[in-house]
Amino acid sequence: MRAVLGRDLRLAVRAGGGFGLGLAFFLIVVVLVPFGVGPETEILSRIAPGILWVAALLAALLSLDRIFALDHEDGSLPLLATAPLPLEGLALAKALAHWLTTGLPLVVAAPILGVLLHLSGPGMLWLLVSLAIGTPALSLIGTFGAALTVGLRRGGLLLSLIVLPLYVPVLIFGAEAARRGADGLSVATPLLLLGGIGLGCAALLPFAAAAALRVTLR
Amino acid sequence: MSIWSYANPRKFLDTTGPWVPWLMWLSAAVLAVGLVWGFFFTPEAERFGSSVKIIYLHVPSALMAINAWLMMLVASLIWLIRRHHVSALAARAAAPVGMVMTLIALVTGAIWGQPMWGTWWAWDPRLTSFLILFLFYLGYIALWTAIPDPDQAADLTSVLCLVGSVFALMSRYAVNFWNQGLHQGASLSLDKQENVADVFWVPLLVCMAGFVLLFVALVLLRTGTEIRLRRIRALRARARRAETVPA
Repeated sequence: MRAVLGRDLRLAVRAGGGFGLGLAFFLIVVVLVPFGVGPETEILSRIAPGILWVAALLAALLSLDRIFALDHEDGSLPLLATAPLPLEGLALAKALAHWLTTGLPLVVAAPILGVLLHLSGPGMLWLLVSLAIGTPALSLIGTFGAALTVGLRRGGLLLSLIVLPLYVPVLIFGAEAARRGADGLSVATPLLLLGGIGLGCAALLPFAAAAALRVTLR
Repeated sequence: MSIWSYANPRKFLDTTGPWVPWLMWLSAAVLAVGLVWGFFFTPEAERFGSSVKIIYLHVPSALMAINAWLMMLVASLIWLIRRHHVSALAARAAAPVGMVMTLIALVTGAIWGQPMWGTWWAWDPRLTSFLILFLFYLGYIALWTAIPDPDQAADLTSVLCLVGSVFALMSRYAVNFWNQGLHQGASLSLDKQENVADVFWVPLLVCMAGFVLLFVALVLLRTGTEIRLRRIRALRARARRAETVPA
């Protein structure tokens, strides 16, 4: 599992791996929003938590189809499947690698971009916390979606159609926690529910992803 | 004789084939009775005026939108556990019907909402969760059509249906948390005191029965079509093989 993780991380950061693309996408979406809604400070700071959450979600979506597609193309996916590591473990390692290369940079960059949108101090803190808890769930759900669509041509668009509805609960609780934090309200309930979703995804979705991979590799 | 004997496609077709026209006519008759009764022979509710009559379309279609997904869930489970092809095809056949039911519920709700709430659309929990259900149907159907191999498609869509059910349920409660809404609570239930008067309740029940019959008829018809489609494909493939490899 550690070997798969290390391999995926190395592949991502080396040339052509697409590391940082998600981050750049995140930056561009956040920069475009003020052009769309106007530069008024109070409007921007009010919608900032939601915008940052939606942008982070889209940025995570962008790199999902790379999780299994590249391995499928060059034939290493069947090899990984015959390795002693069970497919469930492979799915979990892939999700972790995706989170480390996409989710974690987003979490770190979010408060910096929050400055651009005039996000308040406590808002930044709770945005950081909610993203840190919520993005692993995004990676896990995305890994499941990628496993479903791995063998397909034009899988990318289909992948977003399948994965985006699954992202709804995470987005609701994550953005709610960030919004409440920015308004100075209690954030415990949405954060607990968000954590619950994340843990539930970590416990169950690798099995679903492995089942989908087995079907594709059959 | 167990119910599993109907998993044989030929037996399924032979048994359900003759039912389909009967079910169609029956559902048409029941729906005609229910709708005419509901539209023309019920008094106007004091607060809502005649616009209340749209519930005879809205409530049954919403009911069937959810029940269609439940039926797909059960059919997917049967396919994953017992590998009966008819079951997978029934799930596939039900999806577009369920999607149309969801759309009918959304559209009739919007038409009702315009005079009553003063808006076509509000981000109310019930409305939002129905919209999300619609998106789930879209993804499910798109996955079916994207995979060329039928068995692989059946497997993957079944897995999606299982995971999607969990997430659809979760979204249902998440949007409840997210926004308190305009939509009234459940006013029909079997165990509590009814808060809908009998004059409206009975024709509504007839309409619900009509929609259930319509759904069953459509799903049986479409399942039969899918089975025949697959049979034609198999025959074509066999014919091609016979051409290329002369015996």
